[in-house]
Amino acid sequence: MSTATKTLIAASAVATAIAGLTTTAAAQANEKCYGVSLAGENDCAAGPGTTCAGTSTVDYQGNAWTLVPAGTCADIELPTMADGTERMGSLEEQDRDLPA
Amino acid sequence: MSVSQTAFTAGLLDATQAAPEGLVNPDGTPATKRYDVYRNNVAVSLSDALEAAFPVVRKLVGEDFFRAMSGVYLRMHPPASPLMMFYGEAMPQFLTRFDPVKHLSYLPDIAKLELAMRQSYHAADADPIDANAIGAVAPTDLMGLRMTFAPSTTMIKSDHPVYGIYLSNTDTSAPKPVTQPECVLVTRPQFDPQIHAISAADATCIESLIAGQPLGVAMTNAGAELDLGALLGLLLQQSTITQLN
Amino acid sequence: MLDDRARRILPAAPGVGYKPQHYSDIINGADPLGWLEVHAENYMGAGGRPIAQLRHLSERFPISVHGVGLSIGAEGDLDPDHLSRLKHLVEWLNPASFSEHLAWSTHDSHFLNDLLPLPYTEATLARVCAHIDQVQTTLGRQMLLENPSSYLAFAESTMEETAFLAEVVKRTGCGLLLDVNNVFVSATNLKTSPQEYIDAFPLAAVGEIHLGGHDEDMDETGAPLLIDSHGAAVVDPVWALLDYTLARSGPKPLLVEWDTDVPEWPVLAAEIARAHQALDAVPA
Repeated sequence: MSTATKTLIAASAVATAIAGLTTTAAAQANEKCYGVSLAGENDCAAGPGTTCAGTSTVDYQGNAWTLVPAGTCADIELPTMADGTERMGSLEEQDRDLPA
Repeated sequence: MSVSQTAFTAGLLDATQAAPEGLVNPDGTPATKRYDVYRNNVAVSLSDALEAAFPVVRKLVGEDFFRAMSGVYLRMHPPASPLMMFYGEAMPQFLTRFDPVKHLSYLPDIAKLELAMRQSYHAADADPIDANAIGAVAPTDLMGLRMTFAPSTTMIKSDHPVYGIYLSNTDTSAPKPVTQPECVLVTRPQFDPQIHAISAADATCIESLIAGQPLGVAMTNAGAELDLGALLGLLLQQSTITQLN
Repeated sequence: MLDDRARRILPAAPGVGYKPQHYSDIINGADPLGWLEVHAENYMGAGGRPIAQLRHLSERFPISVHGVGLSIGAEGDLDPDHLSRLKHLVEWLNPASFSEHLAWSTHDSHFLNDLLPLPYTEATLARVCAHIDQVQTTLGRQMLLENPSSYLAFAESTMEETAFLAEVVKRTGCGLLLDVNNVFVSATNLKTSPQEYIDAFPLAAVGEIHLGGHDEDMDETGAPLLIDSHGAAVVDPVWALLDYTLARSGPKPLLVEWDTDVPEWPVLAAEIARAHQALDAVPA
């Protein structure tokens, strides 16, 4: 494609883009402040309870990990890896995959 | 006997270690469950931060699985900074290596998208150009035109339908995802990050522009599939362009 | 709109720990609210809604910046990056107050996201004072240091917490943030008297008082173990301890903290109203 052709395409694209813009009234600065916050904040609270998460031993290798994903992923039919949910490789390989 | 912070830390993330010697109950006996309070605080607070950071990943794998996986993640990747709003940066790489989710090959890119939205949310404010400014550029200058983008503008290119999966897990009226590669543009016209499905050609064009290439080069890189009018319209509407050079 | 002078002083009135979900309640609210406290780390992003909200709020209320990640008690050096982020925030916001905790949370460049305990020894004292000096010099202002919630004790400790804090004040010139819920939690957990703690506390140095809720648990011997969860209403014995404190300290800025399971605004407003009553009962 020649530069002249590209220039024509670009010029027409700019015109299209500007013509297609719908003007929206700019919100007042204060109104813009309302709205959801993406959580994940620091605070100075201690976690409730004294056991569970902190003291459970976390062993994800070998046979210790028994959980399988059980959320909405089950509803999504996408091609999976050839061996599906099969655990791959030996413990040694898993060690290599998951550097501590 | 003094308890160093190295000793105190070692057992926090490793429940197989005994509580350090030198920590005591009110009656002077060695503290065990009282030390577990700190173990719990660390694990729960970091798991909570991950849960807040990756709501769609969590929904995809389920809460029980996500909490357990968080336990593994936080011990492998404790935060390097006190800013909890950015915690979880290594999640995409972690998910590619974590055996129990290896078959969910799209999961790392969903995590990438959630990270990108969070970074966009906290990115620096930037004033967009007036749309007419680009209209005022002489046609002969268009091929050499370079654009600067707002720091809140990012893009994810994926081999998986990340946009469809994200949408169907956040909007009940959204259609089921279709197996296809998808590219997502993240913008922040005001304070709320928005996501847009864009074509591979659009993505290549934006990628080139963000990298500082002139428009002519970006068009060539993108190829014939590029719909430049629609793309520029989206970029202007979403207040992503902050400077023309 | 507050004038500059009012923005730089925390009034001896109730304030609340700011949560973004309460933004409109606070901006539009009819509840008398003297000031707001924010956690420093949540406003260390580059821009966006958090920063914009804080700017707006700071035009209406005196702001107290409360750090939760500086790790003042760490054996290692303070994180220079974090300290410069804090300096940036304090410079643009120019808050009424800056406070941090007598605790540590970073070790070997890993942030553990919890306020971890310190033994009260000469070595700890020297380290904490050096770090406070560094913070006060960097920020160019006095800071307040908060007493922690304790779940256990260190066999190696050689001084009481109150004596430790008094010495920190003497050496660094910092002020103190007295958390009466933390006093109650620590006293219950360590089987000491909360009133005796208040009696021994250097009340003249107190620039702010915290109130919050806690959870109840038990240790392995069946002894009560209170957890500083900030996820519940302030309990009656803590309100009583506040009265006991205010009767000795005089009126102080009072903060209601609620960080987990954050309730709807009216629940916090009720806590704030009760804090008002406590202040009203104090002879000025």
